[in-house]
Amino acid sequence: MKQSRRDLLAASGGVTVMALAASAGLFKSGDLHAQEWNKSAFDTKNLQDTVKAFGGSGAAESKDIAITSPDIAENGAVVPVSVTSKLGKTESIAILVEKNPNALSAAFDIPGGTEPFVSTRVKMGQTSNVHALVKADGKYFYATKEIKVTLGGCGG
Amino acid sequence: MADPMKIRANMMGDKVVVKVLMAHEMETGQRKDSAGKTIPAWFIQNVTATHNGKTVLSAQWGPAVSKNPFLEFRFSGGKAGEKVIVTWTDNKGDKRTDEATIA
Repeated sequence: MKQSRRDLLAASGGVTVMALAASAGLFKSGDLHAQEWNKSAFDTKNLQDTVKAFGGSGAAESKDIAITSPDIAENGAVVPVSVTSKLGKTESIAILVEKNPNALSAAFDIPGGTEPFVSTRVKMGQTSNVHALVKADGKYFYATKEIKVTLGGCGG
Repeated sequence: MADPMKIRANMMGDKVVVKVLMAHEMETGQRKDSAGKTIPAWFIQNVTATHNGKTVLSAQWGPAVSKNPFLEFRFSGGKAGEKVIVTWTDNKGDKRTDEATIA
Protein backbone atom coordinates (compact mmCIF):
# COMPACT_ATOMS: atom_id res chain seq x y z
CA MET A 1 0.00 0.00 0.00
CA LYS A 2 2.71 2.40 1.01
CA GLN A 3 4.72 1.36 -2.00
CA SER A 4 1.92 2.11 -4.42
CA ARG A 5 1.35 5.51 -2.84
CA ARG A 6 5.01 6.29 -3.32
CA ASP A 7 4.80 5.20 -6.94
CA LEU A 8 1.80 7.40 -7.48
CA LEU A 9 3.60 10.41 -5.99
CA ALA A 10 6.67 9.75 -8.07
CA ALA A 11 4.53 9.39 -11.18
CA SER A 12 2.60 12.59 -10.53
CA GLY A 13 5.87 14.37 -9.80
CA GLY A 14 7.10 13.27 -13.20
CA VAL A 15 4.00 14.60 -14.89
CA THR A 16 4.45 17.97 -13.19
CA VAL A 17 8.05 18.16 -14.39
CA MET A 18 6.97 17.32 -17.90
CA ALA A 19 4.24 19.95 -17.84
CA LEU A 20 6.75 22.52 -16.60
CA ALA A 21 9.19 21.55 -19.33
CA ALA A 22 6.46 21.84 -21.94
CA SER A 23 5.41 25.27 -20.76
CA ALA A 24 9.05 26.36 -20.56
CA GLY A 25 9.46 25.11 -24.13
CA LEU A 26 6.47 27.15 -25.23
CA PHE A 27 7.80 30.30 -23.62
CA LYS A 28 11.16 29.70 -25.21
CA SER A 29 9.70 29.41 -28.70
CA GLY A 30 7.70 32.59 -28.03
CA ASP A 31 10.90 34.46 -27.14
CA LEU A 32 12.66 33.12 -30.20
CA HIS A 33 9.79 34.27 -32.33
CA ALA A 34 10.07 37.80 -30.95
CA GLN A 35 13.72 37.85 -31.98
CA GLU A 36 12.95 36.76 -35.52
CA TRP A 37 12.54 40.36 -36.64
CA ASN A 38 15.11 41.03 -39.37
CA LYS A 39 16.47 44.41 -38.26
CA SER A 40 19.06 44.71 -41.04
CA ALA A 41 16.38 44.22 -43.70
CA PHE A 42 14.18 46.91 -42.16
CA ASP A 43 17.13 49.35 -42.09
CA THR A 44 17.73 49.14 -45.85
CA LYS A 45 17.11 52.10 -48.13
CA ASN A 46 16.47 50.41 -51.48
CA LEU A 47 15.32 47.22 -53.15
CA GLN A 48 18.73 45.70 -53.91
CA ASP A 49 19.94 46.20 -50.31
CA THR A 50 16.76 44.60 -49.00
CA VAL A 51 17.30 41.56 -51.22
CA LYS A 52 20.84 41.28 -49.84
CA ALA A 53 19.59 41.57 -46.25
CA PHE A 54 17.23 38.67 -46.98
CA GLY A 55 20.21 36.64 -48.18
CA GLY A 56 19.57 36.90 -51.95
CA SER A 57 22.02 38.15 -54.56
CA GLY A 58 19.65 40.15 -56.75
CA ALA A 59 16.11 40.40 -58.02
CA ALA A 60 14.71 40.20 -61.54
CA GLU A 61 11.67 42.13 -62.72
CA SER A 62 8.65 39.91 -63.27
CA LYS A 63 5.30 40.41 -64.97
CA ASP A 64 3.79 37.64 -62.86
CA ILE A 65 3.56 39.89 -59.81
CA ALA A 66 0.64 42.28 -59.58
CA ILE A 67 0.43 45.27 -57.25
CA THR A 68 -3.13 46.44 -56.65
CA SER A 69 -3.43 49.93 -55.20
CA PRO A 70 -4.89 53.29 -56.07
CA ASP A 71 -2.77 55.28 -58.57
CA ILE A 72 -3.23 58.36 -56.44
CA ALA A 73 -3.44 58.11 -52.67
CA GLU A 74 -5.09 61.08 -51.04
CA ASN A 75 -3.74 60.24 -47.62
CA GLY A 76 -0.18 58.90 -47.43
CA ALA A 77 -0.79 57.58 -43.92
CA VAL A 78 -3.17 54.92 -45.20
CA VAL A 79 -2.34 53.53 -48.63
CA PRO A 80 -4.01 50.19 -49.38
CA VAL A 81 -1.63 47.83 -51.18
CA SER A 82 -2.34 44.27 -52.34
CA VAL A 83 0.19 41.96 -53.93
CA THR A 84 -0.64 38.85 -55.95
CA SER A 85 2.06 36.55 -57.26
CA LYS A 86 1.49 34.10 -60.09
CA LEU A 87 5.01 32.68 -59.73
CA GLY A 88 5.13 29.01 -58.79
CA LYS A 89 6.45 28.11 -55.33
CA THR A 90 6.05 31.64 -53.95
CA GLU A 91 7.68 31.57 -50.50
CA SER A 92 7.46 35.17 -49.38
CA ILE A 93 6.10 38.56 -50.37
CA ALA A 94 7.54 41.89 -49.24
CA ILE A 95 6.25 45.43 -49.79
CA LEU A 96 8.80 48.23 -50.20
CA VAL A 97 8.27 51.98 -50.54
CA GLU A 98 11.30 53.44 -52.29
CA LYS A 99 11.24 56.97 -50.89
CA ASN A 100 10.32 56.16 -47.30
CA PRO A 101 13.11 56.64 -44.69
CA ASN A 102 13.46 52.84 -44.69
CA ALA A 103 12.32 51.06 -47.80
CA LEU A 104 10.95 47.81 -46.40
CA SER A 105 7.43 48.12 -45.01
CA ALA A 106 6.31 44.54 -44.47
CA ALA A 107 7.45 41.02 -45.27
CA PHE A 108 5.14 38.00 -45.34
CA ASP A 109 6.06 34.32 -45.34
CA ILE A 110 3.65 32.28 -47.43
CA PRO A 111 3.53 28.64 -46.30
CA GLY A 112 2.20 25.93 -48.61
CA GLY A 113 -1.60 25.99 -48.71
CA THR A 114 -1.74 29.76 -48.36
CA GLU A 115 -2.43 31.77 -51.50
CA PRO A 116 0.43 33.95 -52.76
CA PHE A 117 -1.62 37.04 -51.98
CA VAL A 118 -1.52 39.63 -49.22
CA SER A 119 -3.35 42.86 -48.69
CA THR A 120 -2.45 45.52 -46.14
CA ARG A 121 -2.15 49.29 -45.70
CA VAL A 122 1.14 51.18 -45.59
CA LYS A 123 2.37 54.71 -44.93
CA MET A 124 4.04 56.74 -47.67
CA GLY A 125 5.96 59.94 -46.98
CA GLN A 126 5.65 61.17 -50.58
CA THR A 127 4.94 60.07 -54.13
CA SER A 128 7.13 57.04 -54.71
CA ASN A 129 7.67 53.79 -56.49
CA VAL A 130 6.30 50.85 -54.55
CA HIS A 131 7.97 47.49 -55.08
CA ALA A 132 6.56 44.06 -54.44
CA LEU A 133 9.44 41.67 -53.81
CA VAL A 134 8.61 37.99 -54.16
CA LYS A 135 10.80 35.03 -53.33
CA ALA A 136 9.77 32.06 -55.48
CA ASP A 137 11.62 28.76 -55.76
CA GLY A 138 14.66 30.30 -54.03
CA LYS A 139 14.95 33.30 -56.37
CA TYR A 140 13.88 36.93 -55.97
CA PHE A 141 11.56 38.77 -58.34
CA TYR A 142 9.96 42.19 -58.14
CA ALA A 143 7.34 44.41 -59.68
CA THR A 144 7.09 48.18 -59.40
CA LYS A 145 4.21 50.63 -59.38
CA GLU A 146 4.28 54.37 -58.80
CA ILE A 147 1.75 55.66 -56.31
CA LYS A 148 1.19 59.41 -56.16
CA VAL A 149 0.61 60.85 -52.73
CA THR A 150 -1.14 64.17 -52.32
CA LEU A 151 -0.79 64.30 -48.50
CA GLY A 152 2.26 62.76 -46.81
CA GLY A 153 1.98 60.16 -44.07
CA CYS A 154 5.19 60.83 -42.16
CA GLY A 155 4.95 64.55 -41.37
CA GLY A 156 3.28 65.93 -38.28
CA MET B 1 -3.02 45.67 -22.78
CA ALA B 2 -3.93 46.41 -26.29
CA ASP B 3 -7.46 46.38 -27.60
CA PRO B 4 -8.70 43.17 -29.25
CA MET B 5 -8.30 42.53 -32.96
CA LYS B 6 -11.29 42.28 -35.23
CA ILE B 7 -10.95 39.09 -37.22
CA ARG B 8 -13.28 37.82 -39.93
CA ALA B 9 -12.70 34.42 -41.50
CA ASN B 10 -15.11 33.42 -44.26
CA MET B 11 -15.24 30.55 -46.72
CA MET B 12 -14.99 31.67 -50.35
CA GLY B 13 -15.27 28.53 -52.49
CA ASP B 14 -12.72 26.11 -50.99
CA LYS B 15 -10.57 28.90 -49.55
CA VAL B 16 -10.71 30.75 -46.28
CA VAL B 17 -10.49 34.54 -46.57
CA VAL B 18 -9.12 36.09 -43.38
CA LYS B 19 -9.37 39.81 -42.70
CA VAL B 20 -7.76 41.24 -39.59
CA LEU B 21 -7.99 44.73 -38.16
CA MET B 22 -5.57 45.37 -35.29
CA ALA B 23 -5.62 48.26 -32.85
CA HIS B 24 -2.12 49.69 -32.63
CA GLU B 25 -0.49 53.14 -32.80
CA MET B 26 2.28 52.06 -35.21
CA GLU B 27 4.43 55.04 -34.20
CA THR B 28 7.28 55.44 -36.71
CA GLY B 29 9.98 56.98 -34.54
CA GLN B 30 10.24 59.78 -37.13
CA ARG B 31 7.68 62.15 -35.67
CA LYS B 32 8.30 64.87 -33.07
CA ASP B 33 5.92 66.02 -30.36
CA SER B 34 5.00 69.68 -29.73
CA ALA B 35 8.14 70.12 -27.56
CA GLY B 36 10.34 68.99 -30.44
CA LYS B 37 11.23 65.66 -28.85
CA THR B 38 11.22 62.58 -31.06
CA ILE B 39 8.36 60.22 -30.26
CA PRO B 40 9.94 56.77 -29.88
CA ALA B 41 9.05 54.08 -32.40
CA TRP B 42 6.31 51.70 -31.29
CA PHE B 43 5.04 49.22 -33.84
CA ILE B 44 4.02 45.62 -34.43
CA GLN B 45 7.02 43.55 -35.53
CA ASN B 46 5.68 40.03 -35.87
CA VAL B 47 2.30 38.67 -36.89
CA THR B 48 1.46 34.98 -36.99
CA ALA B 49 -1.76 33.29 -38.03
CA THR B 50 -2.43 29.63 -37.32
CA HIS B 51 -5.17 27.18 -38.25
CA ASN B 52 -5.35 23.72 -36.63
CA GLY B 53 -1.89 24.27 -35.18
CA LYS B 54 -0.37 24.97 -38.60
CA THR B 55 1.01 28.41 -39.47
CA VAL B 56 -0.94 29.82 -42.41
CA LEU B 57 0.81 33.20 -42.51
CA SER B 58 3.69 34.84 -40.69
CA ALA B 59 4.83 38.39 -41.22
CA GLN B 60 7.50 40.83 -40.14
CA TRP B 61 6.42 44.45 -40.16
CA GLY B 62 8.25 47.73 -40.03
CA PRO B 63 6.91 51.05 -38.72
CA ALA B 64 5.68 51.93 -42.24
CA VAL B 65 2.59 49.76 -41.83
CA SER B 66 -0.37 52.07 -41.22
CA LYS B 67 -1.85 52.83 -37.82
CA ASN B 68 -4.49 50.27 -36.81
CA PRO B 69 -3.13 47.79 -39.35
CA PHE B 70 -5.29 45.89 -41.79
CA LEU B 71 -4.28 42.52 -43.14
CA GLU B 72 -5.99 40.17 -45.58
CA PHE B 73 -4.84 36.74 -46.72
CA ARG B 74 -6.33 33.49 -48.04
CA PHE B 75 -5.54 29.87 -47.39
CA SER B 76 -6.98 26.50 -48.35
CA GLY B 77 -7.67 23.50 -46.14
CA GLY B 78 -10.04 25.20 -43.71
CA LYS B 79 -13.65 24.37 -42.93
CA ALA B 80 -16.51 26.35 -41.46
CA GLY B 81 -16.56 26.08 -37.67
CA GLU B 82 -12.78 25.76 -37.33
CA LYS B 83 -10.72 28.47 -35.71
CA VAL B 84 -8.12 30.89 -37.02
CA ILE B 85 -5.79 32.32 -34.37
CA VAL B 86 -3.82 35.53 -34.93
CA THR B 87 -1.00 36.77 -32.68
CA TRP B 88 1.05 39.95 -32.90
CA THR B 89 4.12 41.08 -30.97
CA ASP B 90 5.31 44.69 -30.94
CA ASN B 91 8.79 46.14 -30.43
CA LYS B 92 8.03 46.79 -26.74
CA GLY B 93 7.30 43.09 -26.21
CA ASP B 94 3.55 43.61 -25.89
CA LYS B 95 1.52 40.75 -27.29
CA ARG B 96 -2.04 40.09 -28.32
CA THR B 97 -3.76 36.90 -29.46
CA ASP B 98 -7.30 36.70 -30.78
CA GLU B 99 -9.25 34.07 -32.64
CA ALA B 100 -12.15 33.85 -35.03
CA THR B 101 -14.38 30.99 -36.16
CA ILE B 102 -14.52 30.35 -39.89
CA ALA B 103 -18.00 31.13 -41.19
